Amino acid sequence: MSIGTEPATERAATPAAPAVLELANVSRWYGNVVAVNDVTMSLGPGVTGLLGPNGAGKTTLLHMMAGFLAPSRGTVRVAGRPTWRNPDVYRDLGLVTERENVHGFLTAREFIRASAKLQRLPDAEAATRRAIDMVDLASAADRRIDTYSKGMRQRARVAAALVHDPRVLLLDEPFNGMDPRQRMHMMELLHQMAAAGRTVLFSSHILEEVEQLSGTVQVIVAGRLAASGDYRKIRRLMTSRPHEFVISSSDDRALAVALMAEDSVAGVEIVAHTGRGRGATAGGLKIRAADYGRFSRALPRIARTGGIRLLTVVPADESLESVFSYLVGAR
Amino acid sequence: MTSSSTVAPARGARLFNPTIASITLRGLLGRKRSLLLIPLPLILVGLSALVASRHASPEHSVSVVLVGLGIAVVLPLTALIIGTSVIGSEVDDGTIVHILTKPLPRREILLTKYLVAAVVSAVVVAVPMLLSGLIIDSLSLGVGLAVGSAIGAFVYSALFVMASLLIRRAVLVGLAYILLWEGLLGNLLDGTKVLSVQKYVTEFAAEISGSPLLHGPMSLVVAIVMAAVLTVGTLVVAVDRLRSFSVAGETS
Repeated sequence: MSIGTEPATERAATPAAPAVLELANVSRWYGNVVAVNDVTMSLGPGVTGLLGPNGAGKTTLLHMMAGFLAPSRGTVRVAGRPTWRNPDVYRDLGLVTERENVHGFLTAREFIRASAKLQRLPDAEAATRRAIDMVDLASAADRRIDTYSKGMRQRARVAAALVHDPRVLLLDEPFNGMDPRQRMHMMELLHQMAAAGRTVLFSSHILEEVEQLSGTVQVIVAGRLAASGDYRKIRRLMTSRPHEFVISSSDDRALAVALMAEDSVAGVEIVAHTGRGRGATAGGLKIRAADYGRFSRALPRIARTGGIRLLTVVPADESLESVFSYLVGAR
Repeated sequence: MTSSSTVAPARGARLFNPTIASITLRGLLGRKRSLLLIPLPLILVGLSALVASRHASPEHSVSVVLVGLGIAVVLPLTALIIGTSVIGSEVDDGTIVHILTKPLPRREILLTKYLVAAVVSAVVVAVPMLLSGLIIDSLSLGVGLAVGSAIGAFVYSALFVMASLLIRRAVLVGLAYILLWEGLLGNLLDGTKVLSVQKYVTEFAAEISGSPLLHGPMSLVVAIVMAAVLTVGTLVVAVDRLRSFSVAGETS
C-alpha cells in the first residue's frame, strides 16, 4: 500500500512528474548498529506523518532525506535529484530540524530575510513578508529571536524553511514545546501547504499529533518501515487482530443475542454505559469482530431482521494508537 | 515580464557571500569568547611600552616581546579563537544547518567564513604589532611585524577553520599545536620549522622590515611556498568536509 504518487496537477510544465520525495532501499548503519534498514517509500503532495517510537530511526531517515547524512546503501531523491552532497536540492527542499538553535541576535525578520537572500530569491523582501504572515509572526518580527518563546522560535524557523516555497518541507518533531493554540495554527499551516500541492513530511512520536494532522503515515519501527499508507486502512489489513466496535442500539441485548450467532463475531460484551456523543444511551455493546468486511456487511442485515435500530457504531481500536501498538508489538 | 527565469542565480564562481559574512561577523563579535580577544593585544602593547621605558636592549625586547609573545602567542591564539568561532561554534550549536540548507556551493560558504575569520584576526593582531614595533624600535619594524602577522593570520585561520570542521575539540588541538609543536618542538628541533607558521611569519616580518633586530629563520621562498600550500590545502580539505557535513542521529 503506497501513498498517492499522482503528479502535481497544477505543474503543467513537468510532464508526468514522479513522486517528489523518493527513497529506494535506503539503509544506514553505524558500525554494527543498523539505524535504518532497507526503507523504500515515495511521497507525493499532501501531509504525511513519520511515526515511530523514540530511537526508531526517524531522525536518521529525515537527515538522509535532507542531505545531512549519506545513506550507507540506497538512494534518496528530492524532485529527482539525489540529496547527498548536492546543495541544489535545497531549492526544492525546506528543513525544520529538531534542534531549535537560531542565531538569537537576529530578529525574526532578519533571520527569514537572510534565508530568502541565500535562496537567491528575486524579491527577498516580499518573500520574507509572505513567510512571516504565513506563520503569524508579524507583530513580533522585529524583536530579537532570543526574546522569543519556544513556540515563536519554532514558527520563525518554519518561516525561514518555507520562504522559498519549497516543493518538499521536512519537519522533525515540529510540535515540541508548542501550546495547543500554536499547535493548531501550525497544523493549519501544514494543511495549507499540502493543499497548495506541497509535500509535507513531519516526524513525531506523539500519536495524537499524527492522528489529527494526517491520515497518511509511514511507521518506522526499529529502523524498518513497518507500515505505510492511511492508518485506518492499515488497521483493516491486520486481519489477525479482531476489530473492536462499540455499538449502541434501541435494544442492546437482543442485538447481542443475534450477533452471537454470527460467524464473523468473535465476542460480545455488554457495557454498562457508553454515554458518548449525541444520541448516547445507557449501555451498549462491545463487539470483537474477526473479519472486518463480513462483520460490517452482516451488522445492518442483523439489525434489520431483528427490528433493532442502530444508534451508534464506532470502531473502537481504529485509532492510530492501537494501530501503532499492534505494529510495535508485532516485532 | 515574459521571461521564464524568475530565479536567476548568478552561476559564476562566487567566492564571497555578503549575507553569510554579515551574520558570521555579528555572531563572532557577539560571542562571549570574543572578549578573550581584548586583553591579548593590550598586554602586547603594554609590555612593549614597559620594556621601552626601561631601556631594555632592543634586540632582547624584539625576541622576547615581539616574537616570543606577539608572533608566537598573540597571533596564533587570536586566530585560534576566531577561526574556531566562525564555523565550529555554529556546528556545535546546530545553527550551521540554516546556512547549509541553501542552494549555495559549499566553497562559497566556507571561503566567506574563512575570509571573515582571517580579516578580523589580521586586524586584531596587526594593529598592536604595528604599535609595539613602533614603540620598541621603529615604524619599519612595526610595519614588517604588522604585515607578517596579517599574512600569518590568513594561514592560521585556514588551519583552524579546517580543524573546527574535522575535530570536535578543535580549540584544544589548536592549543596543543601552538604550544607543543610550534612553541616547544619548533625551538628544539630545527627540522620542524618547515611546518611552523610562526617561523614563516618571523621570516616575512624580518624580510619586510629589513630590520637587523629580526632574524629570519628560513629561506623566504620556502616560507612563501609553504604558507601558500598550507593555506590552499587546508581550505580545499575544509570545503570538501563541508560538502559531506553530517548531522549526528538521535541515538548516536
